[in-house]
Amino acid sequence: MTVSTEVRPTIGRQGLFSRMSDSAKTRTYISAGVRHLFLAAFGIIMVYPLLWLVFSTFKPNVEIFSSASLLPQTWEFSHWRQGWSAIRGHTFGTFFLNSAVISGLSIVGTLISCSLAAYAFSRFRFPLKRVWFSILLVTMMLPSQVLMVPRYILFVNLGWIDSFAPLTVPNFFGSSAFFIFLITQFIRGIPYDLDESSFIDGCSRVRFLWSILLPLMRPALFTAALFTFMWTWQDFMGPLIYITSVRLYPMPLALNLFVDAQAAVNWGALHSMMVFSIAPIIILFFFAQRYFVEGIVTTGMKG
Amino acid sequence: MKSRLSPWQRKRLSEAGTAYGFLSLWLIGLFTFTLWPFAHSIHLAFTNYSFDPTYEYVGFANFIRGFTDGLSLTSMNVTARFAIVSVPLRLAVALFVAVLLNKGIRGLGIYRTVYYIPSLVGSGVAVAIMWRRIFGRRGLFNNVIALFGLQGQDWIANPDTARFMLVLLSAWQFGSAMLIFLAALKQVPQEMYESAEIDGAGVVRQFFGITVPLISPVIFFNLTMNIINAFQVFTQAKIITNGGPMNETMFMVLNIYNQAFRFGNMGYASALSWILLLIIATFTAINFVSSRYWVYYETRMK
Repeated sequence: MTVSTEVRPTIGRQGLFSRMSDSAKTRTYISAGVRHLFLAAFGIIMVYPLLWLVFSTFKPNVEIFSSASLLPQTWEFSHWRQGWSAIRGHTFGTFFLNSAVISGLSIVGTLISCSLAAYAFSRFRFPLKRVWFSILLVTMMLPSQVLMVPRYILFVNLGWIDSFAPLTVPNFFGSSAFFIFLITQFIRGIPYDLDESSFIDGCSRVRFLWSILLPLMRPALFTAALFTFMWTWQDFMGPLIYITSVRLYPMPLALNLFVDAQAAVNWGALHSMMVFSIAPIIILFFFAQRYFVEGIVTTGMKG
Repeated sequence: MKSRLSPWQRKRLSEAGTAYGFLSLWLIGLFTFTLWPFAHSIHLAFTNYSFDPTYEYVGFANFIRGFTDGLSLTSMNVTARFAIVSVPLRLAVALFVAVLLNKGIRGLGIYRTVYYIPSLVGSGVAVAIMWRRIFGRRGLFNNVIALFGLQGQDWIANPDTARFMLVLLSAWQFGSAMLIFLAALKQVPQEMYESAEIDGAGVVRQFFGITVPLISPVIFFNLTMNIINAFQVFTQAKIITNGGPMNETMFMVLNIYNQAFRFGNMGYASALSWILLLIIATFTAINFVSSRYWVYYETRMK
């Protein structure tokens, strides 16, 4: 699918290209050059702030806010060590681990609960199916702010405040309606013949899901896992509301505390921990770029 | 009783049982974490609840306050202004870059990556802190314009420019919208441009005559989703400006958060969240109604 759509326009262009006069060809080359020039310049402006941030962690504090250049005039390597232990009594290792635990649990919970529900929606006939599916779609659209206050009260009553539970447990109960929808649509695209032949061979429903469907669902599960990671890793509002002890802070809260705690901030140290918090996302993106792009495009097109 | 069922009925019954088994986790979550809080939120909106067991019903007072209180009205105003400026700006940039990238360009993968990275990290706390530094008095931006001999200012602390800095941050994250546009542009048949070119239509004419109508369903989708998201902006406003200066960035969600968790007005905050829901629904509805006049659905799109 991707191959055919990407190749088709090229053939069309070449067909047109060979029919062009020489002056028209020159014009095409110039326009391609102008486009590259613009795209490259604009691209550099777009990523410059992030590159600047990365290099600023190696600049002395006085230099960070006095020049716009990327490379440090004098290299300073102490910021990362200072940043690591900038918050009294804790290191950023703790905060990183907290973030990792919250994200990890959220991913596991989302994958389990969403695939189970999606399997039911895509492969079973049962009473009220349409009603439940409509409710699923509505909850997908519901702005989370409407539930913010009552959920907080609920978690207070459950005694879950100041723990990871409010941030992770709902994921084990399919709170990411969006991914149930995504996986349901994906399973619907898998041929039904597969089910029938397996059931004739005496395969149970659970066994079928586990050993036949699950491996085929990998792309959808991977997309769900990636985006769950992205959202929980960067989530600020959730931890801000539910977590009060510094030892349980995930990265975003720790960074926020870092800024607030120090009146005269050690900017280089702060920047190094900001880069540290962004790094996993960027690294993951470079390893799984295809899934990101496909995830955005397919969910975008289907949503 | 059971014996009177035909084998077929029994099969259907057991299928339904299994299905509900698979659904059970989601159903428990739906009732506990969504439907119950949802109902509770309606209840709270009509009370003056603030963690005190002796609360009272106040009728529509919270809603009336939401529509008359100065801060609340300001928050609606600035949120709507933010959405109305930031969403079209973001989508215009996204579409423009997508069109440039679409015409069989070399190095597409590199460009796509570079333009997508800001979307990847832009909603986080780290970038918010970075943004505040970049547009501060001694920030990167002022250092750059100083190279051209221009005198900068503190763009974040100035009430006239603060909100626009958040608009810029939002526009900076045009990457996902661009990827969606790019996928849609690939579906537009190339032959159409060729025949238009032979007929003497220029680039601009081709864009508005062919590209825009054919990808209008995707423009509509991006518009809807981005408006919904723009009304829910929180992290950036909390970290970069904390609602200031002079409430110029006191977005609705930030106001709701403050009312609930700083001042403990849980009932009032619930009412405000329903007003927010109402506003988002209204904008979405307007968008849907208007789409009849500008979204072009081809019966069979190649």
